[in-house]
Amino acid sequence: MLRFTDEHEWVKLEGDIATVGITSHASGQLGDLVFVELPKVGTTLKKGAPAAVVESVKAASDVYAPLAGDVIEINADAEANPALVGEDPQGAGWLYKLRLANVSDLDHLLDEAAYAALIV
Amino acid sequence: MSGEEAVPTASGEPHFPEPSRTPLYGLHLRLGAKMVPFAGYEMPLQYPAGVLKEHLHTRAASGLFDTSHMGQIEITARSGDPRDAARALEALLPIDVLGLEVGRQRYGFLTNETGGILDDLMVVNLGARLIIVVNAACKAADEALLRTQLERDCGVRVLPRALLALQGPASGAVLARLAPEVEAMRFMDAREVILLGEPCLVTRSGYTGEDGFEISVSSEGAEALAERLLHDPAVLPVGLGARDSLRLEAGLCLYGLDIDETTTPVEGSLVWAISPVRRRGGSREGGFPGAARILEQITRGAPRRRVGLRPEGRAPVRAGAALYASETAGEPVGVVTSGGFGPSLQAPVAMGYVPTVLAEVGHRLFAEVRGQRLALNVVALPFIPAGFKRS
Repeated sequence: MLRFTDEHEWVKLEGDIATVGITSHASGQLGDLVFVELPKVGTTLKKGAPAAVVESVKAASDVYAPLAGDVIEINADAEANPALVGEDPQGAGWLYKLRLANVSDLDHLLDEAAYAALIV
Repeated sequence: MSGEEAVPTASGEPHFPEPSRTPLYGLHLRLGAKMVPFAGYEMPLQYPAGVLKEHLHTRAASGLFDTSHMGQIEITARSGDPRDAARALEALLPIDVLGLEVGRQRYGFLTNETGGILDDLMVVNLGARLIIVVNAACKAADEALLRTQLERDCGVRVLPRALLALQGPASGAVLARLAPEVEAMRFMDAREVILLGEPCLVTRSGYTGEDGFEISVSSEGAEALAERLLHDPAVLPVGLGARDSLRLEAGLCLYGLDIDETTTPVEGSLVWAISPVRRRGGSREGGFPGAARILEQITRGAPRRRVGLRPEGRAPVRAGAALYASETAGEPVGVVTSGGFGPSLQAPVAMGYVPTVLAEVGHRLFAEVRGQRLALNVVALPFIPAGFKRS
Protein backbone atom coordinates (compact mmCIF):
# COMPACT_ATOMS: atom_id res chain seq x y z
CA MET A 1 0.00 0.00 0.00
CA LEU A 2 1.32 3.44 -0.90
CA ARG A 3 1.38 6.41 1.44
CA PHE A 4 1.68 10.01 0.30
CA THR A 5 2.86 13.44 1.47
CA ASP A 6 1.27 16.78 0.74
CA GLU A 7 4.53 17.61 -1.07
CA HIS A 8 3.60 14.95 -3.67
CA GLU A 9 5.99 12.18 -2.72
CA TRP A 10 4.87 8.56 -2.38
CA VAL A 11 6.27 5.94 -0.01
CA LYS A 12 6.04 2.17 -0.17
CA LEU A 13 7.05 0.30 3.00
CA GLU A 14 8.61 -3.20 3.05
CA GLY A 15 9.84 -4.09 6.56
CA ASP A 16 11.68 -0.97 7.67
CA ILE A 17 12.68 -0.01 4.11
CA ALA A 18 10.70 2.76 2.42
CA THR A 19 10.88 3.24 -1.35
CA VAL A 20 10.30 6.90 -2.28
CA GLY A 21 9.25 8.58 -5.50
CA ILE A 22 7.17 11.44 -6.88
CA THR A 23 3.47 10.97 -7.52
CA SER A 24 1.88 10.61 -10.95
CA HIS A 25 0.10 13.88 -10.26
CA ALA A 26 3.40 15.69 -9.59
CA SER A 27 4.98 14.15 -12.66
CA GLY A 28 2.09 15.37 -14.79
CA GLN A 29 2.40 18.87 -13.38
CA LEU A 30 6.15 19.03 -13.98
CA GLY A 31 6.07 17.82 -17.56
CA ASP A 32 9.00 16.14 -19.29
CA LEU A 33 11.88 15.58 -16.89
CA VAL A 34 15.40 16.19 -18.16
CA PHE A 35 17.52 15.85 -15.02
CA VAL A 36 17.33 13.86 -11.79
CA GLU A 37 19.77 14.22 -8.88
CA LEU A 38 19.53 11.67 -6.08
CA PRO A 39 21.02 11.62 -2.58
CA LYS A 40 24.23 9.71 -1.91
CA VAL A 41 23.85 6.24 -0.43
CA GLY A 42 24.61 6.50 3.28
CA THR A 43 23.13 9.98 3.70
CA THR A 44 21.04 10.42 6.83
CA LEU A 45 17.94 12.46 6.07
CA LYS A 46 15.66 14.29 8.44
CA LYS A 47 11.97 14.35 7.68
CA GLY A 48 11.29 17.23 5.28
CA ALA A 49 14.94 17.70 4.27
CA PRO A 50 15.70 18.23 0.56
CA ALA A 51 16.62 14.75 -0.65
CA ALA A 52 16.55 14.84 -4.46
CA VAL A 53 16.03 17.25 -7.34
CA VAL A 54 13.95 16.68 -10.43
CA GLU A 55 14.16 19.17 -13.27
CA SER A 56 11.94 19.77 -16.27
CA VAL A 57 12.95 21.94 -19.22
CA LYS A 58 11.56 24.92 -17.39
CA ALA A 59 12.13 24.44 -13.68
CA ALA A 60 13.95 22.63 -10.89
CA SER A 61 11.94 21.11 -8.04
CA ASP A 62 13.13 19.74 -4.73
CA VAL A 63 11.94 16.34 -3.55
CA TYR A 64 11.84 16.23 0.24
CA ALA A 65 12.44 13.27 2.51
CA PRO A 66 8.95 12.12 3.53
CA LEU A 67 10.32 10.45 6.67
CA ALA A 68 13.59 10.35 8.62
CA GLY A 69 16.07 7.62 7.73
CA ASP A 70 19.28 6.53 5.98
CA VAL A 71 19.53 6.30 2.19
CA ILE A 72 20.42 2.68 1.42
CA GLU A 73 19.87 2.54 -2.35
CA ILE A 74 19.22 4.90 -5.25
CA ASN A 75 17.62 4.27 -8.64
CA ALA A 76 20.56 4.78 -10.98
CA ASP A 77 18.25 4.17 -13.96
CA ALA A 78 16.27 7.28 -13.01
CA GLU A 79 19.43 9.40 -12.92
CA ALA A 80 20.64 8.00 -16.25
CA ASN A 81 17.23 8.34 -17.90
CA PRO A 82 15.12 11.07 -16.26
CA ALA A 83 12.27 10.37 -18.71
CA LEU A 84 11.71 7.11 -16.78
CA VAL A 85 10.48 9.11 -13.79
CA GLY A 86 7.94 10.83 -16.02
CA GLU A 87 6.82 7.61 -17.69
CA ASP A 88 6.39 5.48 -14.58
CA PRO A 89 6.75 7.71 -11.50
CA GLN A 90 5.06 5.29 -9.10
CA GLY A 91 6.88 2.21 -10.44
CA ALA A 92 10.16 1.90 -12.37
CA GLY A 93 10.73 5.62 -11.85
CA TRP A 94 11.18 5.35 -8.07
CA LEU A 95 13.98 7.55 -6.70
CA TYR A 96 15.61 6.12 -3.56
CA LYS A 97 15.17 3.76 -0.60
CA LEU A 98 15.33 4.79 3.03
CA ARG A 99 15.89 2.63 6.10
CA LEU A 100 13.41 4.35 8.37
CA ALA A 101 14.54 5.65 11.73
CA ASN A 102 11.07 4.94 13.07
CA VAL A 103 8.60 2.83 11.09
CA SER A 104 5.62 4.18 13.00
CA ASP A 105 6.30 7.62 11.44
CA LEU A 106 4.54 6.22 8.39
CA ASP A 107 1.21 6.60 10.18
CA HIS A 108 1.51 10.39 9.83
CA LEU A 109 1.46 10.21 6.03
CA LEU A 110 -1.64 10.41 3.84
CA ASP A 111 -3.43 7.35 2.56
CA GLU A 112 -4.50 7.15 -1.06
CA ALA A 113 -7.98 8.60 -0.46
CA ALA A 114 -6.62 11.56 1.54
CA TYR A 115 -4.01 12.29 -1.16
CA ALA A 116 -6.60 12.01 -3.92
CA ALA A 117 -8.75 14.54 -2.07
CA LEU A 118 -5.75 16.88 -1.82
CA ILE A 119 -5.07 17.04 -5.56
CA VAL A 120 -8.64 17.42 -6.77
CA MET B 1 8.34 18.45 -3.49
CA SER B 2 8.14 22.04 -4.57
CA GLY B 3 9.04 24.07 -7.58
CA GLU B 4 8.62 27.43 -9.06
CA GLU B 5 7.36 28.42 -12.46
CA ALA B 6 10.60 29.33 -14.19
CA VAL B 7 8.85 31.11 -16.99
CA PRO B 8 10.77 34.34 -16.91
CA THR B 9 9.14 37.61 -16.11
CA ALA B 10 10.77 40.93 -16.68
CA SER B 11 12.30 42.47 -13.61
CA GLY B 12 10.51 45.48 -12.29
CA GLU B 13 7.42 44.53 -14.17
CA PRO B 14 4.27 45.94 -12.63
CA HIS B 15 1.86 43.63 -10.89
CA PHE B 16 -1.22 42.90 -12.97
CA PRO B 17 -4.14 41.89 -10.76
CA GLU B 18 -6.43 40.93 -13.66
CA PRO B 19 -4.51 39.30 -16.49
CA SER B 20 -5.56 40.22 -20.01
CA ARG B 21 -6.47 37.64 -22.62
CA THR B 22 -5.30 37.51 -26.20
CA PRO B 23 -7.78 36.92 -29.04
CA LEU B 24 -6.62 33.26 -29.04
CA TYR B 25 -7.51 32.61 -25.38
CA GLY B 26 -10.50 30.42 -26.25
CA LEU B 27 -8.47 28.45 -28.77
CA HIS B 28 -5.73 27.82 -26.20
CA LEU B 29 -8.31 26.37 -23.81
CA ARG B 30 -9.83 24.17 -26.52
CA LEU B 31 -6.36 22.91 -27.40
CA GLY B 32 -5.84 21.88 -23.76
CA ALA B 33 -3.15 24.43 -22.94
CA LYS B 34 -1.87 24.89 -19.42
CA MET B 35 -2.35 28.64 -18.94
CA VAL B 36 -0.07 30.82 -16.81
CA PRO B 37 0.17 34.54 -16.10
CA PHE B 38 2.93 36.16 -18.13
CA ALA B 39 3.59 39.90 -18.55
CA GLY B 40 0.01 40.70 -17.60
CA TYR B 41 -1.58 38.11 -19.89
CA GLU B 42 -2.93 34.63 -19.46
CA MET B 43 -0.72 32.73 -21.86
CA PRO B 44 -0.24 29.07 -22.81
CA LEU B 45 2.79 27.58 -21.02
CA GLN B 46 2.44 24.32 -22.90
CA TYR B 47 -0.09 22.20 -24.75
CA PRO B 48 -0.71 18.48 -24.19
CA ALA B 49 2.33 17.52 -26.33
CA GLY B 50 4.58 19.09 -23.67
CA VAL B 51 7.61 21.37 -23.79
CA LEU B 52 10.10 18.82 -25.14
CA LYS B 53 7.96 17.71 -28.07
CA GLU B 54 6.88 21.27 -28.85
CA HIS B 55 10.51 22.37 -28.91
CA LEU B 56 11.76 19.50 -31.08
CA HIS B 57 8.77 19.75 -33.42
CA THR B 58 9.51 23.44 -34.04
CA ARG B 59 13.10 22.60 -35.02
CA ALA B 60 11.95 19.70 -37.24
CA ALA B 61 8.74 21.04 -38.84
CA SER B 62 6.65 24.01 -37.75
CA GLY B 63 5.33 25.46 -34.48
CA LEU B 64 2.59 28.06 -34.03
CA PHE B 65 3.01 30.57 -31.20
CA ASP B 66 0.57 33.17 -29.89
CA THR B 67 2.64 36.32 -29.40
CA SER B 68 -0.33 38.67 -29.28
CA HIS B 69 0.76 39.94 -25.87
CA MET B 70 3.55 41.87 -27.59
CA GLY B 71 3.01 45.51 -28.52
CA GLN B 72 2.59 46.66 -32.10
CA ILE B 73 3.01 50.41 -32.50
CA GLU B 74 2.54 52.37 -35.72
CA ILE B 75 4.56 55.53 -36.32
CA THR B 76 3.69 57.96 -39.11
CA ALA B 77 5.29 61.29 -40.02
CA ARG B 78 3.04 64.32 -39.57
CA SER B 79 4.78 65.94 -42.53
CA GLY B 80 3.78 63.06 -44.78
CA ASP B 81 7.46 62.40 -45.52
CA PRO B 82 8.27 58.98 -44.02
CA ARG B 83 11.91 60.00 -43.63
CA ASP B 84 10.83 62.42 -40.90
CA ALA B 85 9.47 59.50 -38.86
CA ALA B 86 12.68 57.54 -39.39
CA ARG B 87 14.76 60.55 -38.34
CA ALA B 88 12.66 61.09 -35.22
CA LEU B 89 12.92 57.44 -34.21
CA GLU B 90 16.68 57.48 -34.68
CA ALA B 91 16.85 59.88 -31.73
CA LEU B 92 15.72 57.03 -29.48
CA LEU B 93 17.77 54.09 -30.72
CA PRO B 94 21.23 53.35 -32.16
CA ILE B 95 20.16 51.76 -35.41
CA ASP B 96 19.90 52.92 -39.00
CA VAL B 97 16.18 53.54 -39.51
CA LEU B 98 16.61 56.04 -42.37
CA GLY B 99 18.54 53.45 -44.35
CA LEU B 100 16.06 50.66 -43.70
CA GLU B 101 14.56 49.77 -47.06
CA VAL B 102 10.83 49.60 -47.61
CA GLY B 103 9.70 46.03 -46.96
CA ARG B 104 12.51 45.31 -44.53
CA GLN B 105 12.73 44.80 -40.78
CA ARG B 106 15.62 45.47 -38.40
CA TYR B 107 16.36 44.51 -34.77
CA GLY B 108 17.14 47.31 -32.34
CA PHE B 109 16.66 48.63 -28.83
CA LEU B 110 15.55 51.76 -27.03
CA THR B 111 18.37 53.08 -24.84
CA ASN B 112 18.46 55.31 -21.77
CA GLU B 113 20.83 58.15 -20.87
CA THR B 114 23.31 55.78 -19.22
CA GLY B 115 23.40 53.49 -22.23
CA GLY B 116 21.14 50.83 -20.69
CA ILE B 117 18.48 49.05 -22.72
CA LEU B 118 14.87 50.13 -22.11
CA ASP B 119 13.49 47.47 -24.45
CA ASP B 120 14.53 45.48 -27.48
CA LEU B 121 12.32 45.58 -30.54
CA MET B 122 11.83 45.16 -34.26
CA VAL B 123 11.35 48.09 -36.65
CA VAL B 124 9.49 47.43 -39.90
CA ASN B 125 9.49 49.91 -42.78
CA LEU B 126 6.23 49.78 -44.71
CA GLY B 127 6.92 52.91 -46.74
CA ALA B 128 4.24 55.27 -45.50
CA ARG B 129 4.59 54.05 -41.93
CA LEU B 130 6.94 52.35 -39.52
CA ILE B 131 5.75 49.53 -37.26
CA ILE B 132 7.65 48.67 -34.14
CA VAL B 133 7.09 45.44 -32.26
CA VAL B 134 7.98 45.56 -28.56
CA ASN B 135 7.97 43.31 -25.50
CA ALA B 136 4.70 42.84 -23.63
CA ALA B 137 6.10 43.84 -20.25
CA CYS B 138 7.53 47.08 -21.68
CA LYS B 139 4.82 48.12 -24.08
CA ALA B 140 3.07 50.69 -21.88
CA ALA B 141 6.35 52.41 -21.03
CA ASP B 142 7.51 52.24 -24.65
CA GLU B 143 4.28 53.77 -25.88
CA ALA B 144 4.56 56.59 -23.34
CA LEU B 145 8.18 57.23 -24.33
CA LEU B 146 7.36 57.29 -28.04
CA ARG B 147 4.39 59.58 -27.52
CA THR B 148 6.45 62.03 -25.46
CA GLN B 149 9.51 61.99 -27.65
CA LEU B 150 7.93 61.78 -31.10
CA GLU B 151 4.78 63.84 -30.48
CA ARG B 152 6.01 66.85 -32.46
CA ASP B 153 6.90 64.98 -35.65
CA CYS B 154 4.92 61.77 -35.60
CA GLY B 155 1.60 60.14 -35.00
CA VAL B 156 1.99 57.20 -32.58
CA ARG B 157 -0.75 54.59 -32.52
CA VAL B 158 -0.92 51.25 -30.72
CA LEU B 159 -2.38 48.67 -33.07
CA PRO B 160 -4.90 46.42 -31.31
CA ARG B 161 -3.92 43.46 -33.44
CA ALA B 162 -3.04 39.85 -32.76
CA LEU B 163 0.43 38.49 -33.52
CA LEU B 164 1.20 34.89 -34.44
CA ALA B 165 4.60 33.32 -35.02
CA LEU B 166 4.99 30.33 -37.31
CA GLN B 167 8.46 28.94 -36.75
CA GLY B 168 10.51 26.07 -38.09
CA PRO B 169 11.79 24.71 -41.40
CA ALA B 170 8.37 23.66 -42.75
CA SER B 171 6.83 27.09 -42.06
CA GLY B 172 7.58 28.48 -45.53
CA ALA B 173 5.72 25.67 -47.25
CA VAL B 174 2.84 25.87 -44.75
CA LEU B 175 2.28 29.61 -45.15
CA ALA B 176 2.76 29.47 -48.93
CA ARG B 177 -0.34 27.25 -49.10
CA LEU B 178 -2.31 30.32 -47.97
CA ALA B 179 -0.24 32.94 -49.82
CA PRO B 180 2.27 31.70 -52.41
CA GLU B 181 4.07 35.07 -52.48
CA VAL B 182 5.60 34.50 -49.01
CA GLU B 183 7.87 31.83 -50.51
CA ALA B 184 9.97 34.57 -52.13
CA MET B 185 10.52 36.43 -48.84
CA ARG B 186 13.96 36.36 -47.25
CA PHE B 187 15.02 36.69 -43.61
CA MET B 188 13.83 40.06 -42.23
CA ASP B 189 11.65 40.86 -45.25
CA ALA B 190 8.24 42.38 -44.45
CA ARG B 191 5.22 42.24 -46.68
CA GLU B 192 1.53 43.05 -46.53
CA VAL B 193 -0.26 39.85 -47.48
CA ILE B 194 -3.90 38.76 -47.58
CA LEU B 195 -4.39 35.56 -45.51
CA LEU B 196 -7.91 34.04 -45.50
CA GLY B 197 -9.25 37.37 -46.73
CA GLU B 198 -7.61 39.34 -43.89
CA PRO B 199 -4.93 41.95 -44.58
CA CYS B 200 -1.89 40.81 -42.59
CA LEU B 201 1.63 42.08 -42.06
CA VAL B 202 4.03 39.17 -42.50
CA THR B 203 7.72 39.33 -41.62
CA ARG B 204 10.18 36.49 -42.17
CA SER B 205 11.63 36.47 -38.68
CA GLY B 206 11.15 35.04 -35.22
CA TYR B 207 12.55 34.17 -31.82
CA THR B 208 13.60 30.55 -32.24
CA GLY B 209 16.69 30.62 -34.46
CA GLU B 210 14.68 28.90 -37.18
CA ASP B 211 13.27 30.10 -40.48
CA GLY B 212 9.72 31.30 -39.97
CA PHE B 213 7.25 34.14 -39.98
CA GLU B 214 5.62 36.60 -37.63
CA ILE B 215 2.10 37.47 -38.70
CA SER B 216 0.17 40.53 -37.55
CA VAL B 217 -3.53 39.92 -38.07
CA SER B 218 -6.71 41.63 -36.85
CA SER B 219 -8.00 40.42 -33.50
CA GLU B 220 -11.17 39.23 -35.22
CA GLY B 221 -9.27 37.26 -37.87
CA ALA B 222 -6.67 35.71 -35.55
CA GLU B 223 -8.53 32.59 -34.46
CA ALA B 224 -9.55 31.49 -37.96
CA LEU B 225 -5.99 31.99 -39.18
CA ALA B 226 -4.49 30.10 -36.24
CA GLU B 227 -6.94 27.22 -36.70
CA ARG B 228 -6.20 27.05 -40.42
CA LEU B 229 -2.44 26.93 -39.77
CA LEU B 230 -2.91 24.28 -37.06
CA HIS B 231 -4.96 22.22 -39.49
CA ASP B 232 -1.74 21.65 -41.46
CA PRO B 233 -0.21 18.35 -40.31
CA ALA B 234 3.23 20.01 -40.15
CA VAL B 235 2.09 22.47 -37.47
CA LEU B 236 1.80 22.01 -33.68
CA PRO B 237 0.83 24.71 -31.20
CA VAL B 238 3.79 25.74 -29.03
CA GLY B 239 3.67 27.47 -25.65
CA LEU B 240 5.91 29.78 -23.65
CA GLY B 241 7.94 26.91 -22.18
CA ALA B 242 9.32 25.82 -25.54
CA ARG B 243 9.49 29.43 -26.73
CA ASP B 244 11.98 30.03 -23.91
CA SER B 245 14.09 26.92 -24.58
CA LEU B 246 14.12 27.63 -28.33
CA ARG B 247 15.26 31.24 -27.93
CA LEU B 248 17.86 30.19 -25.34
CA GLU B 249 19.42 27.63 -27.71
CA ALA B 250 19.38 30.34 -30.39
CA GLY B 251 21.33 32.62 -28.01
CA LEU B 252 18.61 35.28 -28.12
CA CYS B 253 18.09 37.67 -25.21
CA LEU B 254 14.99 37.75 -23.09
CA TYR B 255 14.40 41.34 -22.02
CA GLY B 256 14.30 41.66 -18.24
CA LEU B 257 16.66 38.71 -17.75
CA ASP B 258 19.54 38.87 -20.24
CA ILE B 259 19.32 42.59 -20.93
CA ASP B 260 17.72 45.45 -19.01
CA GLU B 261 18.12 49.10 -18.08
CA THR B 262 21.46 48.37 -16.40
CA THR B 263 23.09 46.52 -19.29
CA THR B 264 24.48 48.37 -22.29
CA PRO B 265 24.29 46.85 -25.78
CA VAL B 266 28.06 46.35 -25.66
CA GLU B 267 27.84 44.44 -22.38
CA GLY B 268 24.90 42.52 -23.84
CA SER B 269 27.01 41.42 -26.84
CA LEU B 270 24.58 43.22 -29.16
CA VAL B 271 27.09 45.52 -30.89
CA TRP B 272 26.25 43.78 -34.19
CA ALA B 273 22.83 45.46 -34.04
CA ILE B 274 24.27 48.99 -33.78
CA SER B 275 24.39 50.28 -37.34
CA PRO B 276 27.80 51.52 -38.61
CA VAL B 277 26.30 54.92 -39.57
CA ARG B 278 25.42 55.51 -35.92
CA ARG B 279 28.88 54.58 -34.63
CA ARG B 280 31.99 56.76 -34.36
CA GLY B 281 32.95 58.03 -37.79
CA GLY B 282 29.52 57.19 -39.20
CA SER B 283 27.52 59.81 -41.11
CA ARG B 284 24.89 60.00 -38.32
CA GLU B 285 27.18 59.20 -35.41
CA GLY B 286 25.53 59.14 -31.97
CA GLY B 287 22.40 61.18 -31.42
CA PHE B 288 20.63 58.53 -29.31
CA PRO B 289 20.30 58.31 -25.50
CA GLY B 290 23.46 57.03 -23.86
CA ALA B 291 25.49 57.44 -27.08
CA ALA B 292 28.60 58.71 -25.27
CA ARG B 293 28.85 55.63 -23.08
CA ILE B 294 27.84 53.11 -25.73
CA LEU B 295 30.20 54.47 -28.41
CA GLU B 296 33.03 54.67 -25.88
CA GLN B 297 32.43 51.01 -24.95
CA ILE B 298 32.43 49.97 -28.62
CA THR B 299 35.89 51.54 -28.95
CA ARG B 300 37.41 50.60 -25.60
CA GLY B 301 35.42 47.57 -24.58
CA ALA B 302 33.02 47.05 -21.70
CA PRO B 303 33.95 45.70 -18.27
CA ARG B 304 31.63 42.70 -18.64
CA ARG B 305 29.96 40.78 -21.43
CA ARG B 306 27.09 38.41 -22.02
CA VAL B 307 28.44 35.01 -23.04
CA GLY B 308 27.15 31.53 -23.85
CA LEU B 309 27.88 28.89 -21.22
CA ARG B 310 27.86 25.09 -21.53
CA PRO B 311 27.84 23.19 -18.23
CA GLU B 312 30.14 20.16 -18.31
CA GLY B 313 27.68 17.98 -16.43
CA ARG B 314 24.00 17.16 -16.94
CA ALA B 315 22.58 19.50 -14.30
CA PRO B 316 20.87 22.61 -15.68
CA VAL B 317 22.31 25.89 -14.41
CA ARG B 318 19.49 28.40 -14.20
CA ALA B 319 19.01 32.16 -14.03
CA GLY B 320 20.40 33.68 -10.86
CA ALA B 321 23.22 31.17 -10.34
CA ALA B 322 26.41 32.96 -9.29
CA LEU B 323 29.50 32.43 -11.45
CA TYR B 324 32.98 31.98 -9.98
CA ALA B 325 36.43 32.09 -11.53
CA SER B 326 37.44 28.89 -9.73
CA GLU B 327 36.01 26.02 -7.74
CA THR B 328 37.07 27.63 -4.47
CA ALA B 329 36.92 31.38 -5.20
CA GLY B 330 35.12 33.34 -2.50
CA GLU B 331 33.58 36.17 -4.48
CA PRO B 332 31.43 35.63 -7.56
CA VAL B 333 32.60 37.24 -10.81
CA GLY B 334 29.30 37.07 -12.67
CA VAL B 335 25.80 35.70 -12.86
CA VAL B 336 23.71 33.44 -15.06
CA THR B 337 20.81 35.38 -16.60
CA SER B 338 19.12 32.55 -18.55
CA GLY B 339 19.68 28.85 -18.27
CA GLY B 340 18.01 25.52 -18.61
CA PHE B 341 17.99 22.36 -20.64
CA GLY B 342 18.41 22.56 -24.40
CA PRO B 343 16.22 19.83 -25.89
CA SER B 344 17.91 19.98 -29.31
CA LEU B 345 21.36 19.72 -27.74
CA GLN B 346 20.20 17.19 -25.13
CA ALA B 347 22.32 19.17 -22.70
CA PRO B 348 22.09 22.12 -20.35
CA VAL B 349 22.80 25.59 -21.77
CA ALA B 350 23.03 29.02 -20.19
CA MET B 351 23.90 32.64 -20.80
CA GLY B 352 25.31 35.08 -18.32
CA TYR B 353 27.51 38.06 -17.63
CA VAL B 354 31.22 37.66 -16.87
CA PRO B 355 34.14 40.10 -16.73
CA THR B 356 35.47 40.68 -20.25
CA VAL B 357 38.83 39.18 -19.24
CA LEU B 358 37.05 35.87 -18.57
CA ALA B 359 34.78 36.04 -21.62
CA GLU B 360 36.91 34.34 -24.27
CA VAL B 361 35.51 31.14 -25.76
CA GLY B 362 36.95 28.15 -23.94
CA HIS B 363 37.32 29.88 -20.59
CA ARG B 364 36.32 27.58 -17.72
CA LEU B 365 34.13 28.96 -14.94
CA PHE B 366 32.07 27.55 -12.07
CA ALA B 367 28.42 28.09 -11.24
CA GLU B 368 27.01 27.55 -7.78
CA VAL B 369 23.96 25.28 -7.86
CA ARG B 370 22.45 24.00 -4.59
CA GLY B 371 25.71 24.68 -2.77
CA GLN B 372 27.90 22.88 -5.30
CA ARG B 373 30.33 24.39 -7.82
CA LEU B 374 29.60 23.05 -11.30
CA ALA B 375 32.12 23.57 -14.13
CA LEU B 376 31.00 25.29 -17.31
CA ASN B 377 32.76 26.64 -20.37
CA VAL B 378 32.34 29.87 -22.29
CA VAL B 379 31.13 29.01 -25.80
CA ALA B 380 30.16 30.96 -28.91
CA LEU B 381 26.52 31.90 -29.41
CA PRO B 382 24.18 30.66 -30.79
CA PHE B 383 24.28 27.15 -29.35
CA ILE B 384 22.60 25.79 -32.47
CA PRO B 385 23.19 27.02 -36.04
CA ALA B 386 20.55 29.48 -37.25
CA GLY B 387 18.15 28.21 -39.91
CA PHE B 388 17.29 31.61 -41.38
CA LYS B 389 16.45 31.90 -45.09
CA ARG B 390 19.08 34.46 -46.01
CA SER B 391 19.21 33.92 -49.76
